[in-house]
Amino acid sequence: MEILVLSNSLHTYLVIGALLFGIGFYGLVQRQTFIGMLISAELILSGASLNFMAFNRFLAPDPTVGQVFTLFIMAIAAAECAIALSIIIAVYRNYKSIDTEDVVDLQG
Amino acid sequence: MVSLFSMEGLSGLLFFAFIGITLAGALIATNARSLIRSVAGLALCFLGVAGLYYYLNSPFVALMQILIYVGAVCVTIIFAVMLAGSSELKQLTQRNGLVGPLAILASGILVFALAGLALKTEWLAAPCLVNRGTVEDLGQSLLTTYSMSFELISLVLLVAVVGSLVLARQGRDK
Repeated sequence: MEILVLSNSLHTYLVIGALLFGIGFYGLVQRQTFIGMLISAELILSGASLNFMAFNRFLAPDPTVGQVFTLFIMAIAAAECAIALSIIIAVYRNYKSIDTEDVVDLQG
Repeated sequence: MVSLFSMEGLSGLLFFAFIGITLAGALIATNARSLIRSVAGLALCFLGVAGLYYYLNSPFVALMQILIYVGAVCVTIIFAVMLAGSSELKQLTQRNGLVGPLAILASGILVFALAGLALKTEWLAAPCLVNRGTVEDLGQSLLTTYSMSFELISLVLLVAVVGSLVLARQGRDK
């Protein structure tokens, strides 16, 4: 049962990170509401931090670097989420909609 | 050869469960029709990622993942959905039918390229370890090597909180 020790190989985590990134990218392109796009952006960020943690566990000489970086990514993601949500609420107040196709006033 | 019912076998099964939770949550988050469901899928995905962090020898980051992402970010998004959402009931404007298949194609190419690159590269392991990466080492490096970034990130968080208050407060009394 070689497949049961997959948790000890770098490649597993890198492929999962790539899959998370791809699913997040798909959602970012395909979603039609701002909140849906924000959710997909969070998926992309978590794929990136999973990559950092995998490299940290298997390759880094100092195993705290990746953990610190992932904690910083979490803080940045929380700040980004707060700002994006307040922008979304401000947009909703003005347009009564969070559909991306409705907010096109600046389109030439 | 690892038996299924040994310690390693059970932890391997749990690892597969975490992978499944992560990917299923991500798919729910991007494909669910109602926004509340996709936030729930996002929380599921973050729980799975926290489990994967646990397998990567960093229980502290796993707990922080649950605390910050599932506890704070998802709840904030749910608040925003309740304030501004429910637009899934309205008919969204129709867009070109090619968007869905093209998005699948583009993200498929991205995943294929990234995973292929990860699998083909010869990764060199570090010759020696400086420390073991325990919570104690993490705290020490946060307050010595990375103390400047630590202070800066708290400044960024403060500015983000004040900025989001300013943005969301505009026109409240209308």
